[in-house]
Amino acid sequence: MGNFPLAPPQASEFAHQIDPLFYALTAVCVFFGGITFLVVIYFSLRYKRGTKADRSNPKHEHLPLEISWSIFPLILALVFFWFGAKQFIYAKTPPKDAMEIYVVGKQWMWHIQHAESGVRENNTLHVPIGRPVKLTMISQDVLHAFYIPEFRIQYHVVPGRYTQSWFTATKPGTYHLFCAMYCGTQHSEMGGYVYAMKPDDYAQWIKNGGNDPQPQTLVERGGSIYTKMACEGCHTEKDTIHGPSLYSLYGKTRRFTDGTTAVADDAYIRESIYKPDAKIVAGYIDTMSPYVSGTQPGAISEEDMLALVAYIKTLGTTNMPLDKSLSGTQRGVTPNSKVPGSARVTAVGALGFEKDNPEANRLRNGKPAVGALGSEN
Amino acid sequence: MAATGAHADEHLEHGEHEGPLHEQYEDIDQQNESYIVGMWAFLVTEVMFFGALFVTYVLYRTRYQHDFWVSHLETNTLLGGINTTVLLTSSLTVALAVRAAMLKNRTGVILGLIPTLMGAVTFLVIKYFEYAEKFAHNHYPGPTFIPPSGAAKGPSQIFFSMYFGMTGLHGIHVLIGIIVIGALLYLWYKKRPVVTEDYVPTEMVGLYWHFVDLVWIFLFPLYYLIPK
Amino acid sequence: MSSITATGTIPAAEPAEKNYLNVTTTFKSWALTHDHKRIGVMYLVTIAIFFAVGSLMAGLIRAELTSPTGNFLESETYNKVFTAHGVIMIFWVLLAAVPGILGNFVIPLMIGARDVAFPRLNLLSYYFFVGGGLLAIAAVLSGGVDTGWTFYVPYASLYSNSQVGLAVTGAFLAGFSSIFTAVNFIVTVHKMRAPGMTWFRLPLFIWSAYATSLIVVLGTPVVAITLMMMLAERTLHIGFFSPELGGDPVLFQHLFWFYSHPAVYIMILPSFGVQSELLAAFSRKRVFGYHFVAFSSLAIAVLGFLVWGHHMFVSSQSMYQGVVFSLITFLIAVPTAVKIFNWTSTIYKGTVRLHAPMIYAISFMGLFIIGGLTGLYLSTMSTDIHLTNTYFVVAHFHYVMVGGAITGLLGGIHYWWPKMFGKMYPDRLAQITAIIVFLGFNLTFFPQFIVGWLGMPRRYHYYYLEPQFQPYNIMSSMGASILGLGFLITGGYLIWSLKFGAKATSNPWGAHGLEWTIPSPPDLHNFPTTPIVTDDVYDYEALDAAGLSGGVVAPQGVS
Repeated sequence: MGNFPLAPPQASEFAHQIDPLFYALTAVCVFFGGITFLVVIYFSLRYKRGTKADRSNPKHEHLPLEISWSIFPLILALVFFWFGAKQFIYAKTPPKDAMEIYVVGKQWMWHIQHAESGVRENNTLHVPIGRPVKLTMISQDVLHAFYIPEFRIQYHVVPGRYTQSWFTATKPGTYHLFCAMYCGTQHSEMGGYVYAMKPDDYAQWIKNGGNDPQPQTLVERGGSIYTKMACEGCHTEKDTIHGPSLYSLYGKTRRFTDGTTAVADDAYIRESIYKPDAKIVAGYIDTMSPYVSGTQPGAISEEDMLALVAYIKTLGTTNMPLDKSLSGTQRGVTPNSKVPGSARVTAVGALGFEKDNPEANRLRNGKPAVGALGSEN
Repeated sequence: MAATGAHADEHLEHGEHEGPLHEQYEDIDQQNESYIVGMWAFLVTEVMFFGALFVTYVLYRTRYQHDFWVSHLETNTLLGGINTTVLLTSSLTVALAVRAAMLKNRTGVILGLIPTLMGAVTFLVIKYFEYAEKFAHNHYPGPTFIPPSGAAKGPSQIFFSMYFGMTGLHGIHVLIGIIVIGALLYLWYKKRPVVTEDYVPTEMVGLYWHFVDLVWIFLFPLYYLIPK
Repeated sequence: MSSITATGTIPAAEPAEKNYLNVTTTFKSWALTHDHKRIGVMYLVTIAIFFAVGSLMAGLIRAELTSPTGNFLESETYNKVFTAHGVIMIFWVLLAAVPGILGNFVIPLMIGARDVAFPRLNLLSYYFFVGGGLLAIAAVLSGGVDTGWTFYVPYASLYSNSQVGLAVTGAFLAGFSSIFTAVNFIVTVHKMRAPGMTWFRLPLFIWSAYATSLIVVLGTPVVAITLMMMLAERTLHIGFFSPELGGDPVLFQHLFWFYSHPAVYIMILPSFGVQSELLAAFSRKRVFGYHFVAFSSLAIAVLGFLVWGHHMFVSSQSMYQGVVFSLITFLIAVPTAVKIFNWTSTIYKGTVRLHAPMIYAISFMGLFIIGGLTGLYLSTMSTDIHLTNTYFVVAHFHYVMVGGAITGLLGGIHYWWPKMFGKMYPDRLAQITAIIVFLGFNLTFFPQFIVGWLGMPRRYHYYYLEPQFQPYNIMSSMGASILGLGFLITGGYLIWSLKFGAKATSNPWGAHGLEWTIPSPPDLHNFPTTPIVTDDVYDYEALDAAGLSGGVVAPQGVS
């Protein structure tokens, strides 16, 4: 259609599911809406004053008619409800074997890390086609929404909680990544491109270290944060008086002082670091001081938290992370410019990496904006 | 502030003019019924006004059960209990005043309204001491907030935000009540026909005061009597 | 205010006639009036001013979006402009327009009352409205607000560096203004009806105003307190919603939409009522299925409170919560469809006169059908994932809000204008303008459906990453110019008619209803004696038989 495209490209499994429903709705709406409006216009002209028309026996009430034009739209509505809800539930249930990618939204950039390889990127997302990709997302500051129109996926990125979304890309190409939830001044520039690549190309891209010349796996980064924060000081290999052991923690059921239990999942680990007193493991008292969320010294940013949680998940019965072997072998390799989409996109307002750089805080009213209030105590 | 406006005006509606019947009404019955329907509609908005806060409270309390329990230990059950008694008593006396107004017993009305007014003032005085205690312990939410020992900072701060928000809003309603009851008392004392000729204005004030009382009946257990 | 006094002086040319406009002419007699008709006129002038300001903001937005990299605004300014557009149009135009202008003027006349139940409360409501509006204007002038009209936390409470406090306080006052008006209407409808005016003889406009008032009374306090909590968090750091203070930002959205979805019906239901009046009057026929139309208003009011979560399908509320909200949202399509079908059947076998109000009524049908049906795309959960937060949503709610509420308002103003001011406007010009507005509107907003479907997020200042959006944005901006022209012409000839319009008789349209039995403009006390209603609502057969309106008349002043 040249300058007037009528539909966005279909580049994911969802697109192929959702679009037929969209077009079916369009057909129904155009048909019934069109008929109704044409009838309105026809009646208005047919029964215009002065025209010769049969106006005998006008009706003012007609129960069967009322019932039928209530029931018929209802049935039609329920059909669309059914398919819409079914597809939505599918779109909200990521498959178990999905490739994991972590996303942190902050004003006004997307920070993305590939869990398996640790490759990080800003405002771009490289994914292989044909493989389900699960996004675990959190915001460092205000509400954002992670939106890839060509994949027909969108989900809010909320501060203080993890949200999830997933997709399977089907067609190699370059697509758009938007922030769809208004988030402040440069909202419209928060985004970049999604590169869907053939699996081999993706593997090559990862092997070359992505856009990041010095990749460190998420787990490795988590490990160094674990050391830096001296978690080992209290949480040792075995339970001690200082604190329960974190080894082999993930997925286990924990019992708390108030008698309740919970499965140790990502959200639990995150909560236990930001709000250690929310759930006290049975047999312990609350002695750990909470870590605030932020980038100032002593705080743990959401980005670091993702790494830390990933590291704690890997803690086995020894202090060696289980999957240390997974990557990190490609350090120092410069990006290969032939890899599709390796061009860096630095959107205006992207802040670049701020890791370990407390000076990178943006100031609001002279106070750090991120986690500002938490840091004031 | 909302309530100030709403109520101040409702006060205007029946407080300022001399002759009881307004020109837009056919007769006094129509006017009285209109006032009562209007008053109930106003009370419905008040219920929804507090309702949003109650819903917020319930959601946060379910989420932060332990912290709410620990934080609630900081509220003063004795003072809260005294205040509950005071308000319940004032509700009784205002009911007696309305009854007296129906019987056109001016002395009875005045004897009912005076203890009501005193109860309302007592309530706020006690409330002042309760607030002062929270401020002294830095339990006031904000940058200087210090949670009670054993409670997490964020959830405990939410508890005190809700505490100050809800009891504060209720306190504003008590304050408005004092103004309205005071005005009503003055009008009865001056034998103004607008109140003496018909009981409806007195009944409306009574309804309002019962509502304020009722809100407190919910607030008291929610903030002072959380079970372990 | 000056134009109010101006309108007040116009009929003074014929001093013999005393009506509500010229019975007193001092500024004070207007500023402190208790007369529902004068208050209605004051709302008309005030809302026209706010509408002009809001439209100016819309013009800026459209001018800016013709280029993917913007033309003359900074992003920060752009954000403030669209926020000002949203806040002013929603709180100071849409929510108050039909109830404030038409409701105040017409409701007591329609039910045969001398005034609303609480005239003083009515005046206070007007001043709350103006006071809140002035605060909002002050917020715009003193730096603006950049949060979007939804004031989502934590952006609005902890991050935005703009005049959120002023704007929110203004919205709070406007909210209480509408609560006062609603309480007034509820009591008026319950207690002030003339003898014989039974519930099922009430014109449908009254039914819809009543349903609207119920929503206002139940919903507005919730948003009022929610905005106050947000403001307390912002100014006093009393945490309620921000995760940094232990709160939950999604809870704010729940409380906000608990009101703000029903608010959509606050805006559209009164226009539904106007629509019923117009179709009956200009088809000279009873509204088909009166009871169904009346009860569908109540059904919409009730169901409207149970669907707020459909704004939050992708906001991390529980999936099953979303499913329930989606289901109820589909249910609400039914009473809406019932209304459309009944209106269509009202025209059937009628005697249609295509005066300007009727053109607006027909255009309402067209625009509202599109607005309503595109709602289905957004209540279907899976398509909503893609479409939410895009221009598709923007187009959808403009079709409902402008295509529905504002078209209904314009239709109603044209219909009751002779009654309000005793003057006829040039009908032919008004008909043509109505068609210009219809075409301009469609050209503005239909391309936005497509550009939203293509994936253009709303509230975007730049779209240089997606330059293929540009043609549609240019179309939209062209349409906005035509739409603006239509509104300007409308304002022009309406003001012109005040001075030069032909004099209106008491019933220029030959319509049925108590308001048409008294002079135009009405006396201060509306009815010389309390009317007694003996015939059914919209009983045009009886009207024709009695020869009361001279049968089918041609209105005077039609050029």
